[in-house]
Amino acid sequence: MTIEARFCLERAGFTLDVDLALPARGITAIFGQSGSGKTTLLRCIAGLERAPGTLTVKSQPWQDATSFMPVHQRPLGYVFQEASLFPHLSARRNLEFGMKRVAAGERRVAMDQAVDLLGIAHLLDRLPDRLSGGERQRVAIARALLTSPKLLLMDEPLAALDLARKNEILPYLERLHDELEIPVLYVSHSPDEVARLADHIVVMEAGRAVAQGPLVDTLARIDLPIKLGEDTGVVLDGNVAERDGNWHLARVEFDGGFVWVRDSGHAIGDHVRVRILARDVSIALEPQHDSSILNTLVAEVVEIANDAHPALALVKLKVGKSAVVARLTHRSASGLDLKPGTQVFAQIKAVALIG
Amino acid sequence: MIDSADLAAIWLTVELASIVTILLLLIGTPIAWWLARTPSRWKGPIGAVVSLPLVLPPAVLGFYLLVVMGPNGPVGTLTQSLGIGLLPFTFAGLVVASVIYSMPFVVQPLQNAFEAIGERPLEAAATLRASKLDTFFSVVVPLAKPGFLTAAILGFAHTVGEFGVVLMIGGNIPDKTRVVSVQIYDHVEALEYANAHWLAALMVIFSFLVLLALYTLNPTGKRK
Repeated sequence: MTIEARFCLERAGFTLDVDLALPARGITAIFGQSGSGKTTLLRCIAGLERAPGTLTVKSQPWQDATSFMPVHQRPLGYVFQEASLFPHLSARRNLEFGMKRVAAGERRVAMDQAVDLLGIAHLLDRLPDRLSGGERQRVAIARALLTSPKLLLMDEPLAALDLARKNEILPYLERLHDELEIPVLYVSHSPDEVARLADHIVVMEAGRAVAQGPLVDTLARIDLPIKLGEDTGVVLDGNVAERDGNWHLARVEFDGGFVWVRDSGHAIGDHVRVRILARDVSIALEPQHDSSILNTLVAEVVEIANDAHPALALVKLKVGKSAVVARLTHRSASGLDLKPGTQVFAQIKAVALIG
Repeated sequence: MIDSADLAAIWLTVELASIVTILLLLIGTPIAWWLARTPSRWKGPIGAVVSLPLVLPPAVLGFYLLVVMGPNGPVGTLTQSLGIGLLPFTFAGLVVASVIYSMPFVVQPLQNAFEAIGERPLEAAATLRASKLDTFFSVVVPLAKPGFLTAAILGFAHTVGEFGVVLMIGGNIPDKTRVVSVQIYDHVEALEYANAHWLAALMVIFSFLVLLALYTLNPTGKRK
């Protein structure tokens, strides 16, 4: 099951030109800088923007050369950057607004379930202007879920919130991902959010999709013009294999090795994701025993590419079946005589457990 | 004191203003909605036509209405062929003229209220399965409620206060077209200043209450 979207939209000084086949499961991040066309793409998929093209969602045609399904007939949920609750309705009536417009037989998300998932039971009788920004956004997400959408579209739902509010909502988004089988298209310009939430990524630049694929593989590609700068790095999906109570550390096993991370209370066997930034990975030809580095992986150089600054190189390393990217200076790479096939030790200065 | 002719005039005025207000809301709402939302190049010309009564002398407006609705005018020909007869110097004619005369006082507050709502609530409603008509009644009308109140009050009050158009189109027929403002005029003409005072004072109080209601309902700055 896929979402096939092909759009071509000419605007003054901007052209959206995409041809995408996205998986209709999990969270797909549409990632790009401001002005890259990611919100326009999302609005075209929703039908809020009329762009010439075709759109098929789970083999249901939403738009083609001759027909255009109006927004209100599309089985989608949309979460705007600002919550956009109806100010004249209480949180509860906002939630009911969409739900009662869906035939009872087609409701697959129950009121209690959505309220519980987003933790908003105590807010239901308040008007939107009596809610904080984070609370409003949680109500907006629940409101979208209650239409039992076949596709959930989220346009930077956290961008208007401060860091504390973001951290308040992110766990709910993760629960959404784990508990409901609704595919999500998630527009974001934040590498942190993408790394944490996405299964799949589409990278937008100047109205075009310059890369798309599973998140883990795509982040490990160093041939792409994705300008992540300091945020360049990979994510690895793994499981908690061991907890060391003495040092408050947990061992996360992934396909090809393991890393120690700070223990944040996950049980053994829990599925977790870790993120390793390229700037935190250094390379040695011999194992170092007299260093403070906790995690060292045996790896093989796969590919070396230029980073944005001419002094810097990105080195893709193979660790078992997984990949790690290291950023070092060209001088270092040359000094170590790195080339594809070189066996190295990747020293990882920091690993972040991201849920 | 107020005599029975005065009372008849007051009653006629209230009746006229009520009917006109209801008609104005029914006709003015779609016009205001269109003006607030359309990207059409006709927005300017149509908006200007609707607003013409704001600046035209009532006598000019009344004169043209008289001509158009008269026996040789296009509307007059139509109403005659429909068997309605001629509109000038009837209550119906007064209603038609008042609707046109007070239209901008209803359309403009509604248009402002609709424009203030913006695109987002409509888009949100569409993504929540509400059709355009559904959205209008479930989102737009509640959000524009202060605009509707302002429009209704202004439309009513402006109809009550009209004089020039009434004289041109309605004449001065007791129980049919003789409204309060005309009655006051008659009293003054007849040098019945005491009677004129009673009615005039009533109008002053009425106008004050209308404005008080407006400022209480729509305190500036409270609305976002």
